[in-house]
Amino acid sequence: MDDARLAERAVTTGEVKISARKAQVYYGETHAIRDVDVDILDKTVTAFIGPSGCGKSTFLRCLNRMNDTIPNCRVEGRITLDGEDIYDRSVDPVQLRARVGMVFQKPNPFPKSIYENVAYGPRIHGMARTKADLDQIVESCLRRAALWNEAKDRLDEPGTGLSGGQQQRLCIARAIATSPEVLLMDEPCSALDPIATAQVEELIDELRANFSVVIVTHSMQQAARVSQRTAFFHLGNLVEYGETGQIFTNPRDPRTESYITGRIG
Amino acid sequence: MTDISTGTAQDWNAPEVRSNLRRRHRGERWLRGIGLAAILTAFAVLVILLGSLTASGYKAFSQTFITLDVPVSADRVKPDRIAAANWRGVMQDAVAAMFPDATDAERKVLAAIPSSVAQFAVRDRVLADPALIGQTVTVSVPVSDPFDQLHKGLIDRATPEENRRLKDAEIAAFDRLVEAGKVALRPNWALVTSADSRFPELAGLRGALIGSFYALLTCFVISFPIGIGAAIYLEEFAPKNRLSDLIEININNLAAVPSVVFGLLGLAVFLGWFGLPRSAPFVGGLVLALMTLPTIIIATRAALKAVPPSIREAALGIGASRQQVVFQHVLPLAMPGILTGTIIGLAQALGETAPLLLIGMNAFITAAPATPFDAATALPTQIFIWADSPERGFVSRTSAAILVLLGFLILMNGLAIFLRNRFERRW
Repeated sequence: MDDARLAERAVTTGEVKISARKAQVYYGETHAIRDVDVDILDKTVTAFIGPSGCGKSTFLRCLNRMNDTIPNCRVEGRITLDGEDIYDRSVDPVQLRARVGMVFQKPNPFPKSIYENVAYGPRIHGMARTKADLDQIVESCLRRAALWNEAKDRLDEPGTGLSGGQQQRLCIARAIATSPEVLLMDEPCSALDPIATAQVEELIDELRANFSVVIVTHSMQQAARVSQRTAFFHLGNLVEYGETGQIFTNPRDPRTESYITGRIG
Repeated sequence: MTDISTGTAQDWNAPEVRSNLRRRHRGERWLRGIGLAAILTAFAVLVILLGSLTASGYKAFSQTFITLDVPVSADRVKPDRIAAANWRGVMQDAVAAMFPDATDAERKVLAAIPSSVAQFAVRDRVLADPALIGQTVTVSVPVSDPFDQLHKGLIDRATPEENRRLKDAEIAAFDRLVEAGKVALRPNWALVTSADSRFPELAGLRGALIGSFYALLTCFVISFPIGIGAAIYLEEFAPKNRLSDLIEININNLAAVPSVVFGLLGLAVFLGWFGLPRSAPFVGGLVLALMTLPTIIIATRAALKAVPPSIREAALGIGASRQQVVFQHVLPLAMPGILTGTIIGLAQALGETAPLLLIGMNAFITAAPATPFDAATALPTQIFIWADSPERGFVSRTSAAILVLLGFLILMNGLAIFLRNRFERRW
């Protein structure tokens, strides 16, 4: 990795999109996330890195309230999306998840056709009035997910019949079909080969134009390649958060330095 | 252990290593041998069961018929009092006309050969068309049971007369009819088209088939929606705590409760408190539904559990509500398993006897039920009744009824396998 070039890379980022203050997560008695304060910017790729079990996926899942589905998981503190507390009573998690989309570690297309996979979100949220509208949403999402050329002649075939990389891009197309403002990606490339990974990374870079993207990754090279800002988690704490170039070339915390130089984790 | 950790090379040709390997292979051969023996034993038992049932039951699928030319004389049958005429006398006339040289004693014996319903068959024909009075009506009726047994070779002519069901004179009279070409063996459609009867040659399964159908329908209509609803709630929505654990344990226990207990419950609650009709297939279905519920709940929960959690996460992640996740994604994927469990539960209910005995579905009923609220029998209880009957003709009919029941069970299990293979999705 060319550290010098990384440090000088021009960083253009947007306004604060998601903000967390004193965020705490408990699994029963276990205190999994402690006092996390973070501002995630709009039109920016933010990478969460850290050793296994450090809580980065747990925190990611707080951002669209997917942790609600886990019994005895409790979230405290304040997490806001555009200044609005997402854990407020008035916020419906169903609607929140349309605004904050998610792509999972393992590609998980529905066992339905490629078309139905992408059309499902817009359909349940009533985003398309006519079949033509829906067709158009499906096409544009597949194009943006760089899957249109491969999939346009087989829209009626099951999404599960695609290759692993194609399935993950289908999942990305499905996630962006509800026009989310934030896209959460939980190790989206860990089940993919290097070629498919490169395609997805390229895609993430393009998605930055429209969304705020938060990506959890185990690969520090990937974090360095795709993100503008990086957060390092360790044992449930947010140790350091800053511009990616700074984190990788000039970490302020000794723990961050140990991790990126491969001494812990 | 120390040898391995210090990195000493393993000697693969050492005698103890080779004998260890031989022992492991021997163990594997043993396991396969025992498994194969178990399969062969199970198969042999099945063949013996089906073989013995078929050997004794196949004779009930045919029935000996006798063709009679019955002269309906105007002396015996008055047009204004057809139903009250001496139809027994008419039948005796028919036998006398067939064998003019027979003695009175012989005629009496001959007249007993056709089933006792023969006279009613003639009467009904004449009632329907009074113009037949004075003419000859030709009817083909079953022969009464002992002669049916004789014709099928089930009565041994070599047995001494005093130990034989039919006396020499009766056999001689029957043989005269056979010689005259009046007797024929035909497919016994009455076995499925007529209801139960005191006379084996007339008894059929119609009432039992319809009774079982109504009972299973009631059972399905009640247990399928309730079972699936309960399973969905427990699996997808219920909080996991002591209460849901308790409910789960109790449902599993319920599946193991002996069926006779459900019968007693049905007797006390459905007949006793609610005053529902005795012997009705509807009540039978209610009791069977109680029994089938745990089976359906357990099968449905297993099918729901088998749907990968990633599908639920995917749908939730897009913003589907819990209800949409369940009905649009999880349930369709779980359906093959649910249907298989349901059909197996219903097949079990079809063969269940004890609870039906307790609510009176073993009554002797000679009419097929018109509605689920009429008294009826079911297939297993009909088998029970016939197995208990002293007439020889019921022996083969019991086996035949068991074959019919097994046929339905095989059909239902086959349907379960078909549904599973047809709709199962693979990842």
